[in-house]
Amino acid sequence: MELGRKWVQLVIAFLTNGYWGFPVTRTIYQGPLKVVCAPGLNCYSCPAATSYCAIGALQQLMLSLRFNLENGQYYLGWYVLGCIGVLGAFFGRLVCGWACPFGFFQELLYKIPSRKFFVPRPLRFVKYGMLFFLVILLPLFAVNDFGMGIPWFCEYVCPAGTLEAGLPLLWLQPDLRKTVGFLFYNKLAILVVFVGWSVVASRPFCRVGCPLGAFYGLFSRVRLVKLQLDTAKCTNCEACHYVCPMGVKFNESPEDAECITCLACMEKACKFDAISLTVGGVPLRAGDVRKTTLPKAE
Amino acid sequence: MKKKKPIQKLPFIVLGFFLILFLAGVMSGEPSRVLEQSWQICLSCMGIG
Repeated sequence: MELGRKWVQLVIAFLTNGYWGFPVTRTIYQGPLKVVCAPGLNCYSCPAATSYCAIGALQQLMLSLRFNLENGQYYLGWYVLGCIGVLGAFFGRLVCGWACPFGFFQELLYKIPSRKFFVPRPLRFVKYGMLFFLVILLPLFAVNDFGMGIPWFCEYVCPAGTLEAGLPLLWLQPDLRKTVGFLFYNKLAILVVFVGWSVVASRPFCRVGCPLGAFYGLFSRVRLVKLQLDTAKCTNCEACHYVCPMGVKFNESPEDAECITCLACMEKACKFDAISLTVGGVPLRAGDVRKTTLPKAE
Repeated sequence: MKKKKPIQKLPFIVLGFFLILFLAGVMSGEPSRVLEQSWQICLSCMGIG
C-alpha cells in the first residue's frame, strides 16, 4: 500500500503540474483547467500548474472583498471554500498524505539518510495561526486606502510558492532577477529551513506551517473517510506511535487532526487488526497482520 | 451474530453544507474570477518586485 500511495502522490503531482510547454512559452498555463482546485498545496503561479491553489485563491478573494462589494461583485470565497470543504468533508487530511505535491516532496527529503528528530507537538498550533491570521484576517482587514489587502501567507511565508513558482520564474524570465529583494530572500530562507528540516524530521511544514493542512484538520471528527480504532482489539502496545509520519499516537487519539491517513499504522504496525479504514463509520477492510519496524526518532 | 455498524450521518451533513456553498459560489460567478486570478502571474505573491 505504501508503494501505491507513492504512485498516487506522483500521479497527482504530475496532474496538478501537467503543463510542460512552459520552457517554450516561458510563462504559466492559462487554460480552462485552472478553474479546478488543486487538492494539495500547489502554487498556481508555478509555470507547470494546471489547477488553482485554494490558499492563494482564498487570499486573493479576501484581500479584494471590500473592493468587489463596493463594485457590486459578490465574490465571498464560497466557490473556493466549497471546493476545499467538499474535499475536507470527504477526505480530511488524507489529501495531505495522498495528494499534496509539497507533502510528497518533504517525504522524499526525509528518505535522505541522517539522524531523525521529532517535531515538538505544540508547534502544530502555528498552522492554525497561519490559516486564521495570514490567509483570512490580515488579507481581509489590513487594507490600503483603496480597500485592497495583500496575500500575507503567499507573500511572506509560502515555501511551496518559492519552490514551484518563484525560482522557476526567475529561471524562465531573467529580467525578473533585477527586481528580487529582501522579501524574496526572506522567503528563500524559509524554504531552505523547511527543506533542511524535512531531511531530519518527517513532514515539518505539514505539521507546523501549512494553512491548508490546518483547514483539512478541522474535519478530523466529521470526515467521511478515516481510520477507526477498535478499542476492544487494541492492546496499547504503542507500535502505531513509531510508524506515524505525523507523530500521532493513534491508540490515544484516533481522531487526531494531524492524521493524514497514510495507513502506516494499519499496515505496518498493528498486528491485532485494531485499526481499520472506514467510510461514514463503516469499515472497508481490516488491517494487515504484517508487522514492520521503522527506526525510532531521537 | 456480528452487529452491523451504523452509518454516521454528520459527515454527510457537512458534505452537503459545503456542496451548497460550492454551488452558491458557482451561481455567483466566482469561478470566472478565480480563473482570471489564476491566469495572472502574481509576482508580489511570490515576494518578487
